[in-house]
Amino acid sequence: MSPRRTDTGGRIDRLKTIRFTFDGAPYTGHAGDTLASALLAKGVTLYGRSFKYHRPRGLLTAGVEEPNALVTVLKGEVREPNIPATMVEIHDGLVAISQNRFPSLAWDINAVNQLGGKVLSAGFYYKTFMGPVFGPLKGTRFWMFCEHFIRRAAGLGSAGSAKDPARYERMNAFCDVLVVGSGPAGLMAAKAAADQGARVMLADLEPRFGGSANWSDETIDGAPAADWARRIVAQLEGRDNVRLLPRTTVWGYYDNNTLAALERVSDHKEQPGKGEPRHRYWAIRAKSVVLATGAFERPLVFPGNDRPGVMLAHAAERYANEFGVLPGERIALFTNNDSAYRAAVALKKAGAAVVAIADVRPELSPEMRKLAAEAEAEIFAGHAVVATEGGKALSGLKLQRFDMTNGALIGDARSIHADCLLMSGGWSPTIHLASQAGAKAEWNAARQAFLPPKPTQQWIGAGAFTGSFSTTEAIAEGRAAGLAAAGGQSTPAVLPVVEAVPGDPDPAPVFEIRAKGKSFVDFQHDVTAEDVRLAHREGFVSVEHLKRYTTLGMATDQGKSSNVPGLAIMAEALGKPIPEVGTTRFRPPFAPVSIGSLAAERFGDLKPERLTPMHDWHLANGATMYSAGLWYRPMIYGHAGETVEQAYVREAKATRESAGIVDVSTLGKIAVQGPDAAAFLDRVYTNMFSTLAVGKARYGLMLREDGLAFDDGTTWRLGEQDFLMTTTTANAGKVMQHLEYFLDVIWPELKVHVTSVTDEWAGAAIGGPKARQILAACVTGTAVDNATLPFMGIVRGEIAGVPVMICRLSFSGEMAFEVYSGAGHGTHVWEALVEAGKPFGLVTYGLEALGTMRIEKGHVTGAEIDGRTTARDLHLDWMLSKKKPFIGSAMMDREGLIASDRLELVGLISLDNKPLNGGAHIVEEVDEANPHGSIGHITACCYSPALGKHIALALVKGGKARQGTRAHVSDPLRNRFGPIEIVSNHFFDPDGSRMHG
Amino acid sequence: MLITCPYCGPRDVIEFTYQGDGNRERPDPASQNFEAWNAYVYDRLNPAGDHNEIWQHSGGCRAHLKVVRNTLTHEISSVVFTRGDHGRGDHGSAARGKAEDKS
Repeated sequence: MSPRRTDTGGRIDRLKTIRFTFDGAPYTGHAGDTLASALLAKGVTLYGRSFKYHRPRGLLTAGVEEPNALVTVLKGEVREPNIPATMVEIHDGLVAISQNRFPSLAWDINAVNQLGGKVLSAGFYYKTFMGPVFGPLKGTRFWMFCEHFIRRAAGLGSAGSAKDPARYERMNAFCDVLVVGSGPAGLMAAKAAADQGARVMLADLEPRFGGSANWSDETIDGAPAADWARRIVAQLEGRDNVRLLPRTTVWGYYDNNTLAALERVSDHKEQPGKGEPRHRYWAIRAKSVVLATGAFERPLVFPGNDRPGVMLAHAAERYANEFGVLPGERIALFTNNDSAYRAAVALKKAGAAVVAIADVRPELSPEMRKLAAEAEAEIFAGHAVVATEGGKALSGLKLQRFDMTNGALIGDARSIHADCLLMSGGWSPTIHLASQAGAKAEWNAARQAFLPPKPTQQWIGAGAFTGSFSTTEAIAEGRAAGLAAAGGQSTPAVLPVVEAVPGDPDPAPVFEIRAKGKSFVDFQHDVTAEDVRLAHREGFVSVEHLKRYTTLGMATDQGKSSNVPGLAIMAEALGKPIPEVGTTRFRPPFAPVSIGSLAAERFGDLKPERLTPMHDWHLANGATMYSAGLWYRPMIYGHAGETVEQAYVREAKATRESAGIVDVSTLGKIAVQGPDAAAFLDRVYTNMFSTLAVGKARYGLMLREDGLAFDDGTTWRLGEQDFLMTTTTANAGKVMQHLEYFLDVIWPELKVHVTSVTDEWAGAAIGGPKARQILAACVTGTAVDNATLPFMGIVRGEIAGVPVMICRLSFSGEMAFEVYSGAGHGTHVWEALVEAGKPFGLVTYGLEALGTMRIEKGHVTGAEIDGRTTARDLHLDWMLSKKKPFIGSAMMDREGLIASDRLELVGLISLDNKPLNGGAHIVEEVDEANPHGSIGHITACCYSPALGKHIALALVKGGKARQGTRAHVSDPLRNRFGPIEIVSNHFFDPDGSRMHG
Repeated sequence: MLITCPYCGPRDVIEFTYQGDGNRERPDPASQNFEAWNAYVYDRLNPAGDHNEIWQHSGGCRAHLKVVRNTLTHEISSVVFTRGDHGRGDHGSAARGKAEDKS
């Protein structure tokens, strides 16, 4: 005796044979089959091994809530683990394998874990790995020793390491009404909303729309329910305002009615269609949502309830009616409610023998007795199943009289021979999405279920989701919900007439039969009723803690079938009613989501590149580029055979001896304009700008509100109300936002406009003793002599026919000029300058030489303005105006910011002539083996061609007072320890005679 | 989360930058009241419920907005420009006209 395919019936196409393999063995199925139904039709009863005890497991369900039959699907080298076999549509060439077994599914070595049940009970990890001593290894070290073996023995399928070649897509969608679930309620809602002209999306995680209509034996308007559903779907398909999304799981419900859904576009095909992704991630913004997500049937908790062959009643009904598969030949049922009787009749009709119906209720309605008679089943009212028998398939079960008022078992057990046991423990509405949206579920004592409460967002419930389990109610509620969601008026209408099997929707309040043996609550995580009680005995009272301690409901199925039975058992142990124990909040995702779909097209290197106008020139002229933030800047222009150090030393030396030119287009540039621009800059900078003459530039320093240094740069006054501010490359965006914030929020009365013009200007800094001669050779329209262009002066002229702005300022410490031109002319001007410089020995130099010359001069950059240093720390206190308040002025003199032992900027000279390293620490004591007592660290270092020494800038405690003393550099990571001298940060030309000329 | 920028209309939160607690009062620039400055720089309200916040539409018009947001539900009950009536130029009235069209 075994499961088999019926000769007729079901919504599969018997004429189409599909070939696939499971655990290497070839199988066939039919179009319309899931992997579960196709294997079941071939008599397969064993689908997986359980998580902890490696018990043999069969199919519990027929849908997304399946906890047992998880498989790994192989596509070439790519493994997709932990997919419920009930959700895999078979196609030719499908390769699926079972999980968590070694060496094979039928003979699994770790099944010995079942004998160690007591050891592996709730809290196994906490108890074993946090405290007790096992020989020399204890606690976490013991865990580290065992982890490898445990991870192999306990768990799910393993992920692959091959790169996923599949394509994923993301879609943003907007609609008036999103209907989730396409059972009778969802179909009616979609149709009603669409009839109102609303833009409707209808999503269902199954490939076939219709939900329960696909497998109920009911008729709607005289036709089989499935045909009625097909008709409604056909009507919806023809409409422009409706988008149908089959195979689409709505898995997340977020703020402002934003929902996330996963469409499995081509998993069910041997090859995806042209241009088709594997999965499509939908981000849907819906004005209104209709939740018609139905309900999940609950298992009953009794010894042996996890044996292969024990299945939910509606799942068997579904296999019979939708797939034409009988899960057994001799079927018994065990229920606490009326819905199982419908399954008995369906299986009888499909050709199985229904040998017994055990019902915990002593009194049964005449309607149920009639249904049992129709199924030719013997009724055992007031009975419970207390044991099951068999190994990899069910062979029989034991029944005993049961008193549901006190849970007592009475009299002797009797054996029933059956190869399939169907159970029904009542129904739990699928309230996950509502719960995600913030709704707190409410316990309904009659339904013995958590029902959705009043909506907190724009959603409306319909059908079984609301606890209305009959199709008649679903149709009425669905239409009303669709109308309301579309903003239509509720009008009386002739609704489809349902001819349904009668039944009381309220189950008896029985969740567990307490008898000897393992009774499973959470099938996927192997949590038994005894584990729940153990947690209670060990002092757990909160349902959230229970969940974490026992891991109940924490498997990939998220407790879809186990949540309510687990709570009920905990409530009983606590002696509290279920509503007082409460339930946990459901969180996204409703079902597992492929990571690929979340990333969609957004993978690989997504960083944009910012290139200066002269970028191509640099590449063509031998520059080695360096990425600075998003920018690419020349690091060196190396000659053949040169090291980086040789190159930058050559470039810096040539600049100081004759002249050098560097691309400074990356500096942040902000136009600050308006009648109050000068007043605004006075507030923003620590020093005065209103006194700056038109045609002059000034170096400025900004603080943050908390008084720490923020950014520095020069600002040029181009007109009375027109300033061009420059910022450091790295802080350009931050400074812009800082200025905008103060203008918009703090001083909206100031008439100032700020505009980022970084990309509008190309900048070249040309410096060195011969820089002025080079300019004189190529600039027309203005003189560049000291009188016309003094230090910090600005002139306008032309170079090679292009208008330029020249400001005489210096970062290198040489006589230097910054030449700005429109970005489009950048290369033209640059080439003209380089050409003009040739007779004077002009070199191009990169970031390394730039850094070297600034270190020699002791100028600060982001390495020193690191968000922790003050103006005083950097010896910039001369820039702190006492004549006016500015941003940060009120906070900069706080005790901690003016202490004498603060890290202050100093220069260091290596006394052993070896290089210094950035990040290395400065220590006072000579203790190389055990360096300690850091007094500071190096922020920037180089070999100084001007000094002929290895030098560095550093932040050292009370640094100014230490100038002239010696200390040691300690850099144990790079094996560097050596003597240094602490000096002023102004190494080279401290009085600035070179740049002032 | 959607923020309805008075200039650009309803936009996803991804386009905005949070710019801090909107309840803070900046002391007079010349004030030496250290307590007041300390409160302004460091103290933040953290209410469970409606909160005044400053957001910048950094990925859009770059205006700073005063937003009243419920920290429990993310419901946004009010969005206005922080500039208020300042800066009523041609540009400003165009902005308001656009906002009115949408309401």
